[in-house]
Amino acid sequence: MSKLVLIIKREFVAKVRNKSFIVMTFLSPLLFVGIGVFVGYLSTMKADLKTIAIHDESGMFANEFKNDEEYKYVNLTSVPLQTLKDSIISESYEGLLVIPKSEDNKALQKNIQYISNDSPGVMFIEDLEDIIAQKLTTANYQKANLDTLAIKNAKADVSINLEKASGEQALKGLNEIKIGIGGMFGYLIMMFIIIYGNMVMRSVIEEKTSRIIEIIISSVKPFQLMMGKIIGTSLAGILQFLIWALLGMTAMFVMSSIFGVHMGATAGVQDQVVHAAQTETAGTIQLYIKELWNLPIATILISFIIYFIGGYFLYSSFYASIGAAVDNETDSQQFLLPIIMPLILGVYIGFFTVMNDPHGTIATVFSMIPLTSPIVMMMRIPFGVPWWQIAISMTLLFGTFHGVVWFAAKIYRVGILMYGKKPTWKELYKWLKY
Amino acid sequence: MDNILEVKNVVKQYGDYTALNSVSLTVPKGSIYGLLGPNGAGKTSLIRIINQITMPDSGEIILDGEVLQPKHIQSIGYMPEERGLYKNMKVGEQCLYLAQLKGLTKQEAKKELDYWFERLEIQGWWNKKINELSKGMAQKIQFVVTVLHKPKLLILDEPFSGFDPVNANLIKDEIIELNKQGTSVIFSTHRMESVEEMCDHIALIHKSNKLIEGKLNDVKKQFRTNSYEVGILSNNIEGLMYDLSQKFTLSQTDFKSLNDELKLEVQLGTSTPNELLNTLIQRGQVTHFVEKIPSVNDIFIKTVTE
Repeated sequence: MSKLVLIIKREFVAKVRNKSFIVMTFLSPLLFVGIGVFVGYLSTMKADLKTIAIHDESGMFANEFKNDEEYKYVNLTSVPLQTLKDSIISESYEGLLVIPKSEDNKALQKNIQYISNDSPGVMFIEDLEDIIAQKLTTANYQKANLDTLAIKNAKADVSINLEKASGEQALKGLNEIKIGIGGMFGYLIMMFIIIYGNMVMRSVIEEKTSRIIEIIISSVKPFQLMMGKIIGTSLAGILQFLIWALLGMTAMFVMSSIFGVHMGATAGVQDQVVHAAQTETAGTIQLYIKELWNLPIATILISFIIYFIGGYFLYSSFYASIGAAVDNETDSQQFLLPIIMPLILGVYIGFFTVMNDPHGTIATVFSMIPLTSPIVMMMRIPFGVPWWQIAISMTLLFGTFHGVVWFAAKIYRVGILMYGKKPTWKELYKWLKY
Repeated sequence: MDNILEVKNVVKQYGDYTALNSVSLTVPKGSIYGLLGPNGAGKTSLIRIINQITMPDSGEIILDGEVLQPKHIQSIGYMPEERGLYKNMKVGEQCLYLAQLKGLTKQEAKKELDYWFERLEIQGWWNKKINELSKGMAQKIQFVVTVLHKPKLLILDEPFSGFDPVNANLIKDEIIELNKQGTSVIFSTHRMESVEEMCDHIALIHKSNKLIEGKLNDVKKQFRTNSYEVGILSNNIEGLMYDLSQKFTLSQTDFKSLNDELKLEVQLGTSTPNELLNTLIQRGQVTHFVEKIPSVNDIFIKTVTE
């Protein structure tokens, strides 16, 4: 058996047998689901009912405010303003909306006050403003002897239909879905690089501190050891993801079989009520599903695997050489920051730039730069990227990988035999020349 | 070929620092070869080069008649000074893994392991993890791992450090046994008494240069001072001292003895031992007469401090 295979096997087995691996693999999906359920539970919990006092001297608005689950409005125009203000301080009411009497609507709209102890939510204030503004607008129309009904009917509601040049109908909100899918894969790549890169680093440090390194490299080349470590660890990671995917699929199957029945039952009741609306939306949903299937799924999956391997190998060789350079994990921090930076940059560019302009200069450039390309390109691919761009990006990635491995192996080779020194960047540079 | 290892003009530099300055060594087949030198002399650098852990900047290594190449990994067993094993790996698996890295098949490795575990009476350790073993126990495993693949050349860096006297003796006997079977051994050590006891050849490296090399006896001859340790019971010590000081250089010395005699170290100069003996016999009863042979320790200190 080739020595590389032996090393890969040992690293893989050592990782997989590790208790923390087993715990992580089976516990983190539970945690994930648990957090989801918890957040869901929190959002279903009703917020405390807040009572808002309304002092409406104009008498125009008091009945416009409708109670809902969160806010209750009480018309207290008859109570003197000062008494109300005191009651706010004593916290009988959450807030007080004061609308003065004014003949001039222009003056009125400037003089409305909201008084409270705690600063109110932005959305809440916007809602209040909307209600008042609408009422005032109608009043203004009437004052100007305009036919409010005619105005209402004259109001146009525009919704632009999106269509691709190829003639297919396109859908709004699809960009969000696309960035969601691309973002998920990009994020996965980043997480995997950080988690498993760290694992590679720790494994190198372990060999160094347990001093077995000298025995091993009297049998194999340091390069073989480094590659074996990186590959073996990545296999453990792939296994973990496969288990997660399997668990996820099982969970989906179980959930849909439970909820499928459940949803069927409620749908029966609602059927008649929403029947008309449903046929309309059903068409849209079908379009969405069709559009999702039209995403370059094969390209996404294949490029995910390729970028994943390329990105992971590129970064983990950095991690390996850092592990070789230091004596313990605490010393590694100063070298880790520059590694994590481009990863985070990639995610940011993905979510902010790619979303707005998937084929703009910035997005394109960063999907070519090898340190960010695995993440940024993964986020761009759902939007449709010309194959030659992907080809260039991948070529650059794997080319850089070869260069980096060469450097990393040099640092690794020297580093694993260096003890008791806290290395500096300058020192690492010197090692390249040994 | 009569030599298992020839090191020819090996140079190794780390940046501006020269670790080995054109060092040449010859290790005869079947010898136990002591590689001596103070800390930082370049021993470890040399050993790493022989093990192909690092490459020499220039020079050549010949192993058993062939230029050193990757396949020779199998022919060398190396126990580094800083011992190390995977702490969380089971003893058996670990030994199998390391043996396979040396090129043994799993079956061969298993067979050899059974032999060694039985020989060292450690059969029960197979499923233990290294961190469950004591330091001495781990050292035994380390030794097994080193010799498992039947190397032609054993390189042992401070082999006895960490062993208690019983186990140190056990390992010493194993090394001698392997040597009898034809394995050549290179010892790198500071413990001069084990060199004295086991080595037939020595070399001394100091400040990146080789200063001494040869058969232990030849080296000792080279360093002999031509002086004798003498014990004598005499009634007339003053007369004796007068006679001796006429011909020889004298100094006080001490050695173990049951008599209450006069103990002297006598430097012969140009005289012969018989002349000294004649002088002594005339003045009293000679109880002790031995050439003072320089110990390896003496040679080491003399060479290094010069």
